[in-house]
Amino acid sequence: MSKVLMKGNEAIAEAAIRGGCKFFFGYPITPQNELPEYMSRELPKHGGVFLQAESEVAAINMVYGAAGAGGRVMTSSSSPGIALKQEGISYIAGANLPAVIVNIVRGGPGLGGIQPAQSDYNQVTRGGGDGDYKMPVFVPANLQEMVDIMMEAFDIADYYRNPVMVVGDGMIGQMMEPIEFKKPVPRELPVKDWITTGTKGERKPNIINSLFLEASDLENHNLEAQEKYAEMVKNETRVENYNMEKPELVLTAYGTTSRICKNVIAEFKKEGIEIGLIRPITVWPFPHKAFEDIPESAKGILVVEMSQGQMIDDVKIANNGRLPIGFHGRSGGMIPDPQDIILKVREMLGGVK
Amino acid sequence: MAIVYDKSKGLTDVELHFCPGCTHGTVHKLVAEVLVELDVLEKSVGVAPVGCSALSYDYFNCDMQQASHGRAPAVATGIKRVNPELVVWTYQGDGDLASIGTAEIIHVAHRGEKITTIFINNAIYGMTGGQMAPTTLIGQKTTTTQDGRTVEHSGKPLKMAEMLATIDGAKFVERVSVDTPTNIRKAKKAIRKAFELQLSGKGFGIVEVLSTCPTNWALTPRDSLQWLRDNMMPYYPLGNFRTPEEDE
Ligand SMILES: Cc1ncc(C[n+]2csc(CCOP(=O)(O)OP(=O)(O)O)c2C)c(N)n1
Ligand code: SF4
Repeated sequence: MSKVLMKGNEAIAEAAIRGGCKFFFGYPITPQNELPEYMSRELPKHGGVFLQAESEVAAINMVYGAAGAGGRVMTSSSSPGIALKQEGISYIAGANLPAVIVNIVRGGPGLGGIQPAQSDYNQVTRGGGDGDYKMPVFVPANLQEMVDIMMEAFDIADYYRNPVMVVGDGMIGQMMEPIEFKKPVPRELPVKDWITTGTKGERKPNIINSLFLEASDLENHNLEAQEKYAEMVKNETRVENYNMEKPELVLTAYGTTSRICKNVIAEFKKEGIEIGLIRPITVWPFPHKAFEDIPESAKGILVVEMSQGQMIDDVKIANNGRLPIGFHGRSGGMIPDPQDIILKVREMLGGVK
Repeated sequence: MAIVYDKSKGLTDVELHFCPGCTHGTVHKLVAEVLVELDVLEKSVGVAPVGCSALSYDYFNCDMQQASHGRAPAVATGIKRVNPELVVWTYQGDGDLASIGTAEIIHVAHRGEKITTIFINNAIYGMTGGQMAPTTLIGQKTTTTQDGRTVEHSGKPLKMAEMLATIDGAKFVERVSVDTPTNIRKAKKAIRKAFELQLSGKGFGIVEVLSTCPTNWALTPRDSLQWLRDNMMPYYPLGNFRTPEEDE
């Protein structure tokens, strides 16, 4: 198939439709508005339903209802809106419902700004909602990867009966890049015999629920979820290891920040200095093994984020005290400057080299 | 021998947990009977709220979803939009519907969402132990208005039926009570009409049911019914506020 040039948010919407999305519930927020706008126009043409909800809270609960009724459903929003959806996401996870949530991140806290940021790492990986739940969180670095993941996301959600989050910083939402819509590797999806479509007098009632008043029942429910999460860790952890054969230092960054890091690596190559990059494509599950496998040549890890330091906590856990860890972060919509990263690398390598 | 009173097929065999004398049970029975009589039980999906009726997903003999606090109308919207041929309804208390979930109930009415809502107004938060609800009456003592609710501090109680009736998409709005056999019959009729409205596809229907909470009102079941008559009925007049016929 030939490549097409599309704006990020619209490409995400088109990929969702091609990935089998039939229902969309959302509430406007910058910088992701082109996504619901595209859905409002295109989803009905594919036999789907777009509905603008009265709030993010309502939207995520519509997603809950629709998922429980068997619909392939998604919502999209940006950071403050995602914060409002967190309760609903916890209920969706608690009731074992498949749904896709897109977060086009903007700077916070509070109303923050509308420029690109990565300051939602904690709220998307730790769950802003209550309880012991997890969901796969994808953090693509370019539009092609974003589109590939979107086309697969609904299958992943259905496969595990779990919410899936796809995160882009505002840059991915706004950029234009040539992309190709490629069908994902098909998964064998379980039959949805648990959905509320009316008993038709043929079966016992189905109940969509996250309430377990008996302590032992709730613990068992949580233990079953843990088994599912272990499967996700095994099957869904994604990472790109770049120039990791014999690095003197390892950069780690995700999303568009990783692209800046690759430019930095190219600069050092000209001087004959090898710098590696570990680029998580999922931040939950976090690619711990990539850090365990860092070669002996490496003298340290430099975490680069568009935040004041959130992923760095996971890097510290993965590193387990082995290597010195440095940090370079910009926030509020400020983009890390390659020159600043270069300076930081030199500093960590021990003065000017 | 002729059977004169029977449990509805619309209810499961799970024992209800409601306190003795609580009219939640009465309303459950009415909803179940209507679903059976309209022959829609098998294509029904009910949405249970957060509150004393949270567990109603175990009591109704049809597909059910349990919603987060106040969001049952949004959940019902999701279900109905996926599957418009289903009969979708919510069952909500006054903390759920008239406090935390006001936005959601107003907007299903606003959209004319083709769902039915059964709204239990018992002038109190039952489940959490008797705190003030937006429907708590002036002077009524609750655990958070221990000297009685005052207008100065908390305003006057919300009249949800009257308010929702101002919204075009709410095509059937009626307030009923279940304090006497006659009123129970009238309540059932209203519930039936609200479901018939959904079947006709004309818009949103809601029945507000004045209900008792003997436990948190600290009254006997019989005194509760009298309290409802003496105090709730004057402020919350029974009657119809909207019928689809009016719009035709
Ligand atoms: C988000 C959230 N806030 C608060 C609660 C606690 N809570 C449980 S039931 C309830 C009020 C229920 O009152 P009402 O809706 O009047 O129903 P009733 O119990 O009287 O039938 C509250 C506040 C909760 N479960 N979730
Ligand atoms: S607390 Fe009140 S509303 Fe709840 S079951 Fe008991 S009597 Fe009914």
